[in-house]
Amino acid sequence: MSNTIFEKIWDNHVVHAKNGDVHNNGGPSLIYIDRHLLHEVTSPQAFDGLRLNGRRVRRPDLTFATMDHNVPTTDRSIPIVDQISSMQIQTLMQNCREFGITLFDINSPNQGIVHVIGPELGITLPGTTIVCGDSHTSTHGAFGALAFGIGTSEVEHVLATQCLWMYKPKTFAINVTGRLRNIHAVTAKDIILSIIRKIGTIGGTGTVIEYRGETISDLSVEQRMTICNMSIEAGARAGLIYPDKKTFDYIRGRRYTPSGKQFETMVDFWHENWKDYTNAQFDKVITFNVNELAPQVSWGTNPSMVVDVTDTVPYPDDFARGNENERKAANRALEYMALKPGTSITDIKIDRVFIGSCTNSRLEDLMEAAIVVKGKTVSQSVKAMVVPGSQQVKKQAEVLGLDKIFKTAGFEWRESGCSMCLGMNPDILAPGERCASTSNRNFEGRQGSGGRTHLVSPIMAAAAAIEGHFIDVREWL
Amino acid sequence: MVIKNGNNKLEVFRNIKSKVTPLDRSNIDTDQIIPKQFLKLVQRTDFGKYLFYDLRVDRDGNQRREFVLNDPTYAGRQILLTRDNFGSGSSREHAAWAIRDYGFKAIIAESFADIFYNNCFKNGLLPIGLNHEEIEYLFRNSLNVAVEIDLSNQQVKACSKVMRFEIDSYRKMALLEGLDEIEMTLQFESQIAEYERKILVNSL
Repeated sequence: MSNTIFEKIWDNHVVHAKNGDVHNNGGPSLIYIDRHLLHEVTSPQAFDGLRLNGRRVRRPDLTFATMDHNVPTTDRSIPIVDQISSMQIQTLMQNCREFGITLFDINSPNQGIVHVIGPELGITLPGTTIVCGDSHTSTHGAFGALAFGIGTSEVEHVLATQCLWMYKPKTFAINVTGRLRNIHAVTAKDIILSIIRKIGTIGGTGTVIEYRGETISDLSVEQRMTICNMSIEAGARAGLIYPDKKTFDYIRGRRYTPSGKQFETMVDFWHENWKDYTNAQFDKVITFNVNELAPQVSWGTNPSMVVDVTDTVPYPDDFARGNENERKAANRALEYMALKPGTSITDIKIDRVFIGSCTNSRLEDLMEAAIVVKGKTVSQSVKAMVVPGSQQVKKQAEVLGLDKIFKTAGFEWRESGCSMCLGMNPDILAPGERCASTSNRNFEGRQGSGGRTHLVSPIMAAAAAIEGHFIDVREWL
Repeated sequence: MVIKNGNNKLEVFRNIKSKVTPLDRSNIDTDQIIPKQFLKLVQRTDFGKYLFYDLRVDRDGNQRREFVLNDPTYAGRQILLTRDNFGSGSSREHAAWAIRDYGFKAIIAESFADIFYNNCFKNGLLPIGLNHEEIEYLFRNSLNVAVEIDLSNQQVKACSKVMRFEIDSYRKMALLEGLDEIEMTLQFESQIAEYERKILVNSL
């Protein structure tokens, strides 16, 4: 029996084991944090805490910041209208200056969603521990890093000590097997949505998920990021994927990736440490086959409320399978979403399309969507936008001419940020508006108070923008 | 309400005797607990007035009468009673700040999301997980009787029923003593520095 990737990373990062706790009564272990990512929303109170107590940032060299949640995605040369957003952004700038932290600010060519720029800049590395005051930090697990979201008190704790007291989560293997029938139309987003549909929003609670199997190996690094990103939607602290040649090829040569001999040492260290990975034993294992997988569409108000695009909106009793809480939740979701059970998913008309977020805003996502959009026009009843995950993604997409494809079709082509995934900036749904969104949460009010979110892949969102309602994109590709 | 004083020490957690406020829903995510428009603030106090904002207030700014927090019957209660997967989604600690600032000192639920559960302890807020039958019992029987929470003995007492809850001993001690966690960790400075020397050697 050997250890899982998570257990090995954990063991490599224990500064102080729990049995030797100062109070001698068990408890958590002190874990070293290799990379700390910051953004403007969950950090100001942490810096205040440091100031209040006269503490410094222990390792500013391991700490990186950007502004992504609040930033407008329109013309960056115009000052930010929202004074409270502006103040939060200014506060991050001042804090980074005061404590000597590298900041990719709103005008930086490297600004972007924190979980997009981490890998892009080579900050995210296999075998490391990564934290951020953001639940979608699980994204970085696609590189074989133990990466998880924390609250602001823990942000302050990591700033001050570069460590965290952690309870060791359980291990959970999800073996993904089979071959997607139509790899152009059925994507990583459909895989993860259908996994959450199967295991539920608490299926992963208390665990770190490791995604394994041939289907995962076949995915690109960016697709794996989509999978790990939504681990939190299944309740898991983190998601992990074994890094292979694709992973190391992806990170090689990036700004903060070790270079030359150091890079080779890192690769060797990985292979030496993790060579017996296939025999690892997990607390919990499930197998998930993708042979028959169809494009997925969420119909409700949590990410387990998902069906195939060929299905109809479920009846609460069928969804709940005898669970009274689930039945009530389904009834409430249908009311909020203004949907009737039995309605074909392809008959649901939409008002807005959002292609973006840390789940689906990388170059491959935009390329896939552009293939669907090319030569077509956005439906007159739909307002559609593309928000690249970072300035680098935007630039690369523009080199490929994707911006022209989207703009010609009638999409808005925006600056990078979290945007309408959570609507902290001006990009929000109006009450009652229905959106096909490539983001990760369909909670009530998530994209704007009273807004209705349907989670889909970039390809499905693009096709819905053209048709004005959901379609089975397999018919097109 | 200021929870933390100048030296970052938490208010010491004391036993509670209060009626409960019932929030009869599962999967309450942190977007519902504190909607995003209130995350732009840069302080950690005064979030209570925004707690469950979209559930409390309609689009015209009027209070939704049917929502439990708008019912004067439940004013001033210190225990929130709810269902499973409470606090799912976003890691925003603002959710714990808002609940604590509103006046709740404990949340009793069938289950909690991991990050939220952890955030509670950093703010002197006690999350208590009980099983399905116990939660059902409380929803049925406890709405108009005082419920007692005894952290030292890990017990919830309602009517004549005594329910034991699990809590890690370190977290319990931290709440009972109002521990300043950063101060405690800083005492491990030599071990942290030693660890850093070790990884530096490995990476050369």
